[in-house]
Amino acid sequence: MKQPSISTDTVSVLRATNVWKSYDDGAIPVLCGVDLEVRTGESVALCGPSGCGKSTLLHLFGGLDLPDNGEIFLDGAALTAKTNLLPILRHRVGFVFQMHNLIPDLTLRENCLIPAVAAGTERKKALRRLDELAAVTGISHRLDHRIQKLSGGERQRTAICRALMNRPGILLADEPTGSLDEKNAEDIFRLLIDLTSSERVTMLMATHDRALAERCNRTIEMRNGRINAAF
Amino acid sequence: MILWRVILTNLLRHRTRTLISMAGIAFSVAAMLTVITVLQGAVGMFSGLLSSDSEMIVFERNVSDLFFSNVSNRVFEDVSHWPEVAHADAVLFGIVSSPDHPIITCFGVSASDARLRKAIWRKGSLSQFSESGNGVVLGERAADFLKADTGSVIPVGHGAFSVIGIIHTANGFEDGGVFMPLHTAQQFFHKDGSSVITIKLRHAEDRHSFQKRISTLFPDLVGLEDAEFNRSYSQFRILKATAWAVGCCGLLLGGFGVANTMIMSVFTRIREIAILRVNGFSHLQISAIILAEAALISLAGAISGLAIGTLLLVVLGNIPALHGYIDATLQPEIMLMILLLALLTGATGSLYPALYAVRIRAVEALRFE
Repeated sequence: MKQPSISTDTVSVLRATNVWKSYDDGAIPVLCGVDLEVRTGESVALCGPSGCGKSTLLHLFGGLDLPDNGEIFLDGAALTAKTNLLPILRHRVGFVFQMHNLIPDLTLRENCLIPAVAAGTERKKALRRLDELAAVTGISHRLDHRIQKLSGGERQRTAICRALMNRPGILLADEPTGSLDEKNAEDIFRLLIDLTSSERVTMLMATHDRALAERCNRTIEMRNGRINAAF
Repeated sequence: MILWRVILTNLLRHRTRTLISMAGIAFSVAAMLTVITVLQGAVGMFSGLLSSDSEMIVFERNVSDLFFSNVSNRVFEDVSHWPEVAHADAVLFGIVSSPDHPIITCFGVSASDARLRKAIWRKGSLSQFSESGNGVVLGERAADFLKADTGSVIPVGHGAFSVIGIIHTANGFEDGGVFMPLHTAQQFFHKDGSSVITIKLRHAEDRHSFQKRISTLFPDLVGLEDAEFNRSYSQFRILKATAWAVGCCGLLLGGFGVANTMIMSVFTRIREIAILRVNGFSHLQISAIILAEAALISLAGAISGLAIGTLLLVVLGNIPALHGYIDATLQPEIMLMILLLALLTGATGSLYPALYAVRIRAVEALRFE
């Protein structure tokens, strides 16, 4: 079921204005004049074939990269080379990747606590938050296990826990269900939708799965580095 | 806690690499400790030999080695009668050889010399030495390697001497040396004086006036306090500098090992570092992880090295052939200095890897699965 649309009165948290991005000194154009706005509390799906620029756009919104041309705004402030990314990465934005990107030799608990350590959160407070998230994501019984012993679904749940550890306002999810089977993909997607709602998080998600995408507040169709259509 | 887990996990992930790197530091530290302690011990023994019951030493100015110094008998006679001088000993140092031993230290001394007075006489007596014309006293170690006893005639250099006594001293040079009457030594080494005069003053506060008097009356001589001599004697300085230089070279090689390990460590976990960056780790936090890993390797290597070095010194000290020549007394300040140097080397070796790690672009590292 599609999520209800968000009122246009809400504040813009992510905005791309005529954004261009290419790799290999312009040899591989990836984004060609993208304009996009995501408002507070929205869950927006970016759909499109591989290489259409979905991940690149997410990276730009997370401050991990800079556009060649155009501007990226986060909470109304332009992200530039001089922007201090630490507060953004620690407190404002959480990332979930297709391949979960967990540190293999650490336990689930340790992986989830990484953002808290980075931000210098008090240990007790961080552990309380972890217990809360682990209960919601259903990994409480696995917290002392190592990543190698987990299923794909459990790894992705751990990654979601980690992304939400410092209560970010924005969740950037890059194909979060891409490596999962249909059942797990459905579970993870539902978890993301539930968490964005309960945690009041704005979510921008890149996905191939059109059926899941259509259940977000909005679906943006991308093709060849351009926004094709918005629904 | 998690930071430590990340650090330890990485070190344990490649145990062999970590151990090889630690071994590099350990053997460098062990070599440094052994060389420096042995040389410091040798220097200590030599300076102890000079400062036996004395606080000042007079020798020829600008000589590179005390063996080349010549202080005339006239000066000795003069100085020993100065009112501020309680006691003066003229000592002549010489190097002699015997058929099986190319280097034997020879001391030309008078019977009143503190070295003989304070020694434990195993055989013979001080009175025999004072009465003897051509007899020599051997250090216990020298008697052992020359296979000599009292009454023996030993070939030394171009002469032969009868042994009239055997003494034991704690000083390796003395215990392995040949003591002969000063006038005999002067004839033997074709010198009309001594190498040094060791001085005991009546009042310690007279040191500066004594020094001044020596330099005024005998411009070719210099009078130094024992501690001052130890600091300024060029042979000691060369020995100490050589020991530290050799040790530092070893440590530098160990440092390259740490640098290599840390570079490999960073290369093999670029993705992991990118994950930490995306989750809010600062450049400082990333650098701290790399530096802490290098510091742990260096610390473990240095502690192992100090243990190996200590063991080596104990073994060296117990080799009968070296008995008395090696003062393997461990000096805490030297151990601390080596430990700090090893840590500094490790930290320096991790600078480039740390710099490389903070320059990793998370977006590029994470783009490729």
